[in-house]
Amino acid sequence: MFYRRLFNVPTWGLNRTFYDFDRLRREVDDLYGAFSGGALPMPSAGVFPLSNVTEDNDNYYVRAELPGVKSEDLEIQVTAKGLSIAGERKIPVEGNNVKYHRREREAGKFSRLINLPDDIDVDKVDAKLENGILTMTIPKAEKTKPRQIAVK
Amino acid sequence: MTDSKVKEIQVKPKHEITSPAEQTRPGVVFTPSVDIFETERELTVLADLPGVTTENLTIDLRENTLTLTGEVEPFEEAHEEDILVEYEVGKYYRQFSLSNLIDQSKIDAKLTDGVLRLTLPKVEEAKPRKIEVKT
Repeated sequence: MFYRRLFNVPTWGLNRTFYDFDRLRREVDDLYGAFSGGALPMPSAGVFPLSNVTEDNDNYYVRAELPGVKSEDLEIQVTAKGLSIAGERKIPVEGNNVKYHRREREAGKFSRLINLPDDIDVDKVDAKLENGILTMTIPKAEKTKPRQIAVK
Repeated sequence: MTDSKVKEIQVKPKHEITSPAEQTRPGVVFTPSVDIFETERELTVLADLPGVTTENLTIDLRENTLTLTGEVEPFEEAHEEDILVEYEVGKYYRQFSLSNLIDQSKIDAKLTDGVLRLTLPKVEEAKPRKIEVKT
């Protein structure tokens, strides 16, 4: 949240303390990440939905937690080097005579861009939304796939 | 700005709790975000549990304590390498104390798109009865 506030709104002076704190935390995280093979969370872009990106030899995998989002309220666009996830999370109104004890779930719009490290095969991207988790399988472009070279 | 009525969702990182109880399996535990509301007849709990399936969800109610536990299987395959990690995957756990008596036989739970909807009907209160005194 701090990143977003810092970089979008000109309140640099006010949030300087938080910025320093955040930077320190990030540095420590990076240090630990270097030792444990990057298992700890890295600083996020601060844009909803938080996403995890992984890869294997053939594909990139993008995953995001979107509980309560219907597939028809989700719009995914793919370009040669990245993708955009946009949509809206709707929480229906629960009648007039209800008294709330807790209200922690949020509704609203979101949109996010994710850049991938290399070219992808735009035509074969697959996305599914299951149990509130979006999983996208994005094949790498043929030319960027690692190739096994036979030694003669 | 075409549609300013709908606000944008802000990022809310998952809230990790240290140790709710003795754990049999290692891993991080998160508190799910919930909405709880009440009408005259029932209490409803909505909880965000992305990645939890019906088989992995346990709802336990005893002596006014409601416990939600959701196990999440890791989605990533072993051969995948991380490029960007913004959230961690773990178990969900949350406990509530209920002040009303709940009719345990009529509890209803539904899990759709990673959101649990738990309806807890209140026990019908004992109607005031007039006691006739015999002579």
